[in-house]
Amino acid sequence: MRLSYGERMSSVVIYALLALLAFVTFYPFWNSAVISFNTGSDTSLGGVTFWPRDFTFDNYEIVFQDSRLLRAFFVSVLRTVAGTALSIAATAVFAYGMSKKELVGRKYYMIFCIIPLYFDGGLIPSYMLIRSLGLMNSFWVMVIPSLVSIWNMIVFRTFFQQLPHNLEESARIDGCGYWQTLFRIVLPISGPVVATLSLFTAVGHWNDWFTATLYISDTKLLPIQTLLQQILSSNIMSEQMMQTNSAAQSHMASAHSVTTKSLTMATMMVATIPIILVYPFVQKYFVKGVMVGSLKE
Amino acid sequence: MKTRQSIIRQWDLQLMVVPALMFIFVFSYIPMSGILIAFKDYDIFQGFASSPWVGLDNFKEFLHADEFGTVIRNTLGISFLKLLIGFPAPIVLALMLNEVRIPIFKRVVQTISYLPHFLSWVIVSGFVLTMLSADYGSLNIALEKLNLIDEPVNWLTIPNYFWAILIATGLWKGIGFGSIVYLAAIAGVNPELYEAASIDGAGRFRKIFSITIPCIMPVVSIFLILAIGDLLSAGFEDILLLQSDIVRDVSDVLDTYVYRVGIKNSLFSYAAAVGLFKAVVSVILLTVANALARRSGNSLW
Repeated sequence: MRLSYGERMSSVVIYALLALLAFVTFYPFWNSAVISFNTGSDTSLGGVTFWPRDFTFDNYEIVFQDSRLLRAFFVSVLRTVAGTALSIAATAVFAYGMSKKELVGRKYYMIFCIIPLYFDGGLIPSYMLIRSLGLMNSFWVMVIPSLVSIWNMIVFRTFFQQLPHNLEESARIDGCGYWQTLFRIVLPISGPVVATLSLFTAVGHWNDWFTATLYISDTKLLPIQTLLQQILSSNIMSEQMMQTNSAAQSHMASAHSVTTKSLTMATMMVATIPIILVYPFVQKYFVKGVMVGSLKE
Repeated sequence: MKTRQSIIRQWDLQLMVVPALMFIFVFSYIPMSGILIAFKDYDIFQGFASSPWVGLDNFKEFLHADEFGTVIRNTLGISFLKLLIGFPAPIVLALMLNEVRIPIFKRVVQTISYLPHFLSWVIVSGFVLTMLSADYGSLNIALEKLNLIDEPVNWLTIPNYFWAILIATGLWKGIGFGSIVYLAAIAGVNPELYEAASIDGAGRFRKIFSITIPCIMPVVSIFLILAIGDLLSAGFEDILLLQSDIVRDVSDVLDTYVYRVGIKNSLFSYAAAVGLFKAVVSVILLTVANALARRSGNSLW
């Protein structure tokens, strides 16, 4: 197909804009990674952009020796694994029950599930509930309140309803109850939906920092995102102090090869890498996830 | 009686759903009823039940509070800007991606632009701090090279720039992922329409404006209604993570205000009233937007 002059020009503009978008999106990752591999004192002189100027592993060495950070990383892994496994299991069982037409009260149960999707009490009543349940400062506050996801239940339920019935029927005739049928027959053939929902749930758990900010004050129980947030906010403060006291600060910085900022970058990378690692799998599934999402709307 | 018998007969099936329903009752319905605290003067020592009812006092207090004007102005201002820029941007991106004829280029742009959606706001705020830092931030480096500024600017501490930073950050995080829905909608457009248009001599822009955009309008309007219903949610995590006391006057919105006075200052009743105020206005906005959309035939309900 022959393009007119104007159309060829517009192609150039479109490709250029898209390339610019890709660059602008990618650059902060790249630059932060570069700074995490650069000595802090050199970084604070400014001018480090695409490539480390004074390459070092020091930042990572210190981060990996910091017991507080390692602990936070471990808490994050634990809550992600426990939270995802328990939530997917609980939600799958719930959804399987809800997918059965013979379930007495099914219609009312469904309405009961839909209402909270439109109305919620908001921050304050939830906070007071968690407090009165005695979940403050407990590891489980990061797992229990999100155990049953209504959205995921709806997705699971839709999937279960579309499964061919004859498989389940033969299992029932062989004497399998609902629970056995679910775990022996249905779940083993539900791989894609389990994988999709698990990935999204896991990413949500890994990224959640606010739950711990609200409910956990014991620093030993903080996940890495929350700890990182605290580090970053103390950096904002030091940046503000620097405005008034710029000379002293840069003098201090040049005395050490590692600065709080270079350490923060390394910590940030450590908190980001798990997401980058699962991203290819997430990407494989999330188009499906968005389909599911539009189904939710 | 009959129902009870059949429930007992299918006890194993009921056992699959009843615990989850009880769970939903505890974690969703109890907080819903907990909103009544907005009409009380909650006292930690007296407890919920014996705290006195005060009617609409908490709401009146908010309407007359010094912060009311600022908080409402910030909420609406930030929200409108996000709607104005953040809403059409993914649509434009989807339209542009749809014009790309080199598959690998398209895939690379998509892969990169979707990624920020999966990062936590903490990481994103860390990137913002890195980019905007006064001593090593790349923005300052670039602007200095271009001779646009003489010395590094500490962007995050200047109230005038805060909204722009917020909108740009939101755009950075959301534009790629937001475009997926529209790409899916565009993929659903009947290709015969384009062929017919080509035969009639329509060029690229003619096709975009006369075929693609009208065809994805239903999807656009549904998302627009939802966005209008969310107008009072100007953002929460992003603002909380990027704000500091210096920019408090331009950054405090309803949600962050509820968090600050409610959780940090323990004014539970007052904060719950502010939250309820927001929820009620949001429902009104959603209803109005839906009513307007119904005239064009693309309403939610």
